[in-house]
Amino acid sequence: MKRRTLNIGVTGLNAIDSPGPGVSVIRALREAESFDVRIIGFSYESLEPGIYMHDLVDRTYQIPYPSGGTDTLLKRLKYIQQKENLDVIIPNFDSELYSFIKLEEKLKILGIHMFLPTLTQYEERTKVNLNDFGERYGVNVPKSQAIHDLNSMHNLESEFSFPMIVKGKFYDASIAYNFEQLKSHFNKISAKWGLPIIIQEFIHGTEFNVTGLGDGKGNTIAAVPMRKQYITDKGKAWGGISIADEKMLEMTRKFLKNTKWRGGFELELMKNKEGKLFLLEINPRLPAWIYLSVGVGQNIPEALVNLAMGLKVKPFPTYTVGKMFIRYSWDMIVDREEFEQISIYGEL
Amino acid sequence: MKLRKNIATSESGLLFNPVTGESFSVNPIGIEILSMVRAGKTKDEIIDALLQKYTADRITIENDYQDFIDILFHNQLLEHHEKKNA
Amino acid sequence: MSKIRYERPVIKKLESGMPNKFGTRTEYLPMTHIDGVAVTRLVKEYGSPLFVFSEKTIHSTIKSARKAFETRYPRVQFAWSYKTNYLNAVCSIFHQEGSWAEVVSGFEYDKAISLGVDGRKIIFNGPEKSEEDLTKAITNDSLIHIDHLDELYSIAELAEILKKCPRVAIRVNMDTGIYPMWDRFGFNYENGQAWDAINKIMHSGKMELVGLHCHIGTFILAPSAYGIAASKLAELAISVEQKFKHEIMYIDLGGGFASRNTLKNAYLPGSDTNPTFDDFAESISTALLNSNFKKDKLPLLILETGRALIDEAGYLIGSVISNKRSSTGRRNTILDVGVNILFTAFWYDHKITPAQSFTQYTEDTCVFGPLCMNIDVIRENTELPLLNRGDQVVIHNVGAYNLTQWMQFIALRPNVVLVDKDGKTHVIRMRETLDNMNTMEKIPNHLKKFNL
Repeated sequence: MKRRTLNIGVTGLNAIDSPGPGVSVIRALREAESFDVRIIGFSYESLEPGIYMHDLVDRTYQIPYPSGGTDTLLKRLKYIQQKENLDVIIPNFDSELYSFIKLEEKLKILGIHMFLPTLTQYEERTKVNLNDFGERYGVNVPKSQAIHDLNSMHNLESEFSFPMIVKGKFYDASIAYNFEQLKSHFNKISAKWGLPIIIQEFIHGTEFNVTGLGDGKGNTIAAVPMRKQYITDKGKAWGGISIADEKMLEMTRKFLKNTKWRGGFELELMKNKEGKLFLLEINPRLPAWIYLSVGVGQNIPEALVNLAMGLKVKPFPTYTVGKMFIRYSWDMIVDREEFEQISIYGEL
Repeated sequence: MKLRKNIATSESGLLFNPVTGESFSVNPIGIEILSMVRAGKTKDEIIDALLQKYTADRITIENDYQDFIDILFHNQLLEHHEKKNA
Repeated sequence: MSKIRYERPVIKKLESGMPNKFGTRTEYLPMTHIDGVAVTRLVKEYGSPLFVFSEKTIHSTIKSARKAFETRYPRVQFAWSYKTNYLNAVCSIFHQEGSWAEVVSGFEYDKAISLGVDGRKIIFNGPEKSEEDLTKAITNDSLIHIDHLDELYSIAELAEILKKCPRVAIRVNMDTGIYPMWDRFGFNYENGQAWDAINKIMHSGKMELVGLHCHIGTFILAPSAYGIAASKLAELAISVEQKFKHEIMYIDLGGGFASRNTLKNAYLPGSDTNPTFDDFAESISTALLNSNFKKDKLPLLILETGRALIDEAGYLIGSVISNKRSSTGRRNTILDVGVNILFTAFWYDHKITPAQSFTQYTEDTCVFGPLCMNIDVIRENTELPLLNRGDQVVIHNVGAYNLTQWMQFIALRPNVVLVDKDGKTHVIRMRETLDNMNTMEKIPNHLKKFNL
């Protein structure tokens, strides 16, 4: 039987030193067993490497930044849809998810399927709400507090002690060891991502991640825990290994069961010296290291596409423990005309 | 005033400076001015031509022309800069 | 041969981080007409700058707000917040839609009365009410919302003198998780001040406690905070009922709903992220319905929404005075609209659209006003098409606060026009004249002559 070819739009083509997940997601989709793909890349900037990877991405369109609003985005997607007849879109940036979730129904009418968390799930898990989230779903989280100006930080000094983590609403996190550093992080991060800024208790320990997929009914379709082996100065894993940690899997299943999470996710966990697990962050999308999931026998992007298309997907029973991923960078040779083409016309 | 050698312009409004490695996008009236500069036309000839074709007064066109030339110069696209009141 | 529309020449370096032309395109989709009336015609007839209000939008906005609340809660009353926009025509539209008047000063009170509003349907808020104001309000049987104890005692005294039983409510402030907490107005809930004030009123026997009021803040983006406020007021109301067997007639949750504007530090546009009337209504009505009121004893819910009801209906048309380049090469555009008439430019990134069609070429532009002041900035950076001198722009969502907080600074304030439901235009506030200004001034005799 000939396999069906799906047209899939993917964002996050910025496979740079702090990479977006797009290129890894595409590699996973290209290895899918249940369908063939034609990949439509969505880019924001004209130097995103994925745009120029013609063996992975069939065609790329620039799309408006989330700050342009959903109306602008919808208009652009309608234009792309006329040309490309998309079946599925997989958004891969935290900052764009809000817009895509808002557009989910409208895109469905155009024939475009997505498999995203609900708006409630998306908002409940934001860093601003992490404390409430932990309480509501019985998950261990570090103490955190959203602040709108530095003055209110003085009031918090009794509750937080240095060092502390200073986080942006969508991205960026820095450690502050004193008030001066706190001030500088606050200003830098708020200039880029707006307010509030989140102050989080610093927990000493080892960092772990779990990526997976929830079916929206509380079932765990996939879950792969990974220990970071090498962390870049931007805090990204440059190498990691799949592990068998029942506690982490249990926390993941509890998270999915209690929230009825829909879609892909990445949990950022910290294990302290006593072996206690803390949930630091819930990323409501697949991580950049998602290709490891293919390597250990759980093609999560493929399963996500099948769920988006309304198909029944069985939970993955196992995964290979002890598989590693090691990231590398790669210099492509690109003609200037291609750069100009995407810059001027927004299509390549 | 001369455009630097090797500067490639295209109909679609692209300009590449091989010396600095920078690419630029130019709007149609900008391309028009560039081609008149390339053809060796003087400032007055260019402004007269634009005045004939477009709905704007001389002061506006002159100001915008000068601003455009300044930006070209700033981006090292011109060989030498025409004096403001030349 | 007819000439081609002029567009100034531009050259732009292609950079990787450059916002692409699709990024901001809608923002500069031209708005050539407001409710069917051409912007060029408006400017020709009424001048530039020009405030324009859409009667259609005001009606549709208040209707959708009412629908959001009335479908969720049985008894709802809106009261028009005069301070948000007290142009007589605007207030009258809200009164035609059934809104009471909510005023915060003697001036606003008189304005409502002069418009013909029934004194019993005026809510009198605010920390400053003179003896004269209070006398009027008591005589007219208006709803007086007490802000502090001094006022409480004044009302008690006046009640005796006037031999009337004033209808009062107290303003309560509380922690709803909103920062900053507006604890400077009214009586605090958590530390028991509010309960004290209630007891003083109830034991005085000189006033009738008809309502409980709170107003948690402004441009609130968290509907849940209103839920908390509603629950706390409901608890107070039930305590009054239990202790004094006295029924509180209404709960007034004040204003503060965010409009569609985008706050300056926001990443996503306000039109996408700011809560809707449905979101606020859901949170408030759920809290009230879940409280311990008996089924037939639900209090009237009063809302003093201002900003969210009028912001979208207001437009400000401006014209380009000049295009300049800053010392750093940045494009600066000067409009005839200054922050003296667009006060809200300090809070919002107002959406600005051209009023004529354009090519796709744009420049990152800083938009300045015409005042000789460095703070006169309308937008710090926005991607605008290539505007020519004399071109018009439309600034959106300016209906709230600009026409009450504007300043007569170095120039006269412009015309304000209303486009009615049939597309007819009406001047609802005339452009000021030098005479208007001069009639208020007096020159002492010895200053009348000078030789230069």
